[in-house]
Amino acid sequence: MLMRRLFLGAITVWIVSVIIFAGVEVLPGDACTAFLEREAQGKLLENCREAQGLNRSAAERYFDWASGAVRGDFGVSANGQKSISELVGNRLRNSLLLAFCALAIGVPLAIFLGVVTGLRRDKPVDLVFSTTAVFAMTIPEFVSATVLILVFSVWLGWLPGIVLTSAGAQVSEFFPEIVLPVIVLGMVMTAHILRMVRSSVIEVMAGEYVQMAILKGVPYWHIVFRHALPNALLPAINVVALTIAWLLGGVVVIEVVFNYPGLGRMMIDAISDRDLPVVQAIALIVATVYVGVNLTADLMTMLLNPRLRTHALRDS
Amino acid sequence: MTEIAATSTENTRLQRALGVLRDVMARPSGAIGLTLVTFHVILAIISPWIVPYDYRAMDSLSMLNGPSGAHWLGTDHLGRDVLTRVLLGGREALLVTGIATPVAVIWGGLLGIFFGLVGGRLDEVLMRVVDAFLSLPWILKMLVLIVTFGTGIEVLIPTLAFFYGIPVIRIARAATHDVVARDFVSAARARGHGRITVIRRELLPNVLDTLMVEGAMRWSWMLLAFSSLSFLGFGVSPPTPDWGLMIADARGFMSFAPWGVLGPVIALSSLIIGINLTADALAKALGIDRAQKAPV
Repeated sequence: MLMRRLFLGAITVWIVSVIIFAGVEVLPGDACTAFLEREAQGKLLENCREAQGLNRSAAERYFDWASGAVRGDFGVSANGQKSISELVGNRLRNSLLLAFCALAIGVPLAIFLGVVTGLRRDKPVDLVFSTTAVFAMTIPEFVSATVLILVFSVWLGWLPGIVLTSAGAQVSEFFPEIVLPVIVLGMVMTAHILRMVRSSVIEVMAGEYVQMAILKGVPYWHIVFRHALPNALLPAINVVALTIAWLLGGVVVIEVVFNYPGLGRMMIDAISDRDLPVVQAIALIVATVYVGVNLTADLMTMLLNPRLRTHALRDS
Repeated sequence: MTEIAATSTENTRLQRALGVLRDVMARPSGAIGLTLVTFHVILAIISPWIVPYDYRAMDSLSMLNGPSGAHWLGTDHLGRDVLTRVLLGGREALLVTGIATPVAVIWGGLLGIFFGLVGGRLDEVLMRVVDAFLSLPWILKMLVLIVTFGTGIEVLIPTLAFFYGIPVIRIARAATHDVVARDFVSAARARGHGRITVIRRELLPNVLDTLMVEGAMRWSWMLLAFSSLSFLGFGVSPPTPDWGLMIADARGFMSFAPWGVLGPVIALSSLIIGINLTADALAKALGIDRAQKAPV
């Protein structure tokens, strides 16, 4: 089971790499036409393609690119001639910092609220938080970010509304500038996880063994914490992991709004500049992170769920 | 539901649709949501005839003026009337997502149902490709196409319809798997019906509920994507009024002219909230748990 998941994950990353490479290949223009812009013709274009090795066959270049990527070497960017791995390094750290802060606040809050709303289904508490959650996760990030900046930064003046720290700065230098971006991202994540946990709790509480425990007279909170919660949280882990890629889309917008020096803003810049090697590298990194998170979630469910654990041991 | 699907005629189907609509309207979320959506759709249709000013008319003497009798929502940095632009600002978004949503649900739904029924090696391969597409953030996939082919609606509609159909494949396939194992499908196969007939007569009516809820949710995610693209400068091009673009433009003057962002923020939020409340009520009326679906 575990081996199968690992294998499927590897296959997914491989297909992504093919899609990314083929996609960039099929689209008109290449790194050289983007770099040279209007002068992209005749001898200059030839020389550039020669220098970048764009004259070789697509299969050859894919092999070069993929084998480099496996070693963490994504080549050089089209216009800056800088190593992409160096450019990406700090940016990736900053994006992970943002995501980690949001998760650190969002996950406990979401589990707490999810359990409360799940247990008090269709009561006022549930209606208020469930409805708020729908709003929080469907209103575009740039809208909530703009409103928060307007209120907390422009009107109240409590927090900086824009990040001025450079990409390579120490982690501590990002405070307090990172607070508003974290709140916006945390809101979306909390809303999301809350809904998953809530529906999971409702499902489990309706289960026969919970009904049985209630009939047996087991204390209510004992049922909730010992019987229902472990079973309710496990499926939620997987569903949350599946939404990571979607959340990353929001991270991009948030980074642009707050001028945050992360991977997302770098991606937008690279796409605008048609810096294809950088776009390819970021796409592959993001997809790998996504697959990695999902594998970790699978692994966690397996370790935490006795039934799956024995299965996994027997199968492997 | 099964009985209805099996013996349905046009008449009973219409009655069921009306019943669902009545159920949606009976819920507070459905009533509010449907009212908001209807309001926005009607506004989008009639707004060119009711706006007080020309949306392109610039006035260098009244730039960033606050709300007044002449300009209820003030003016923007080029002296254009904000109310006019807010009223017109949802037209492109509704047009693009209004076409792209049904297209996405139809192609993704049919493909998902077909492979859910047929299964096999090809199904395995297709699901891996779907996984691969879902592991990339929407913004990356869409921006690459938009930057290459341009930002007009003739690019945005197919792009949105394509990428938002991919998760529908997975949903429709899962819903089909739930139905395929049931007796009436086996019976239809035993009667010797072909795949197309089984899909049309047995599977489609049963998966349709899921697809409807999916479509409503897809619509709100698409609006989110569309307005985010506009905000980032990759959607509608100026001077066309669009909420996302207006918020991006007005953000710089937010400290002394907040009316420029508040108008479009309220308009866009109310539309998206309306769609979601409707989707919620619809899901409850049809007995589908929408929280279990990832909005990838």
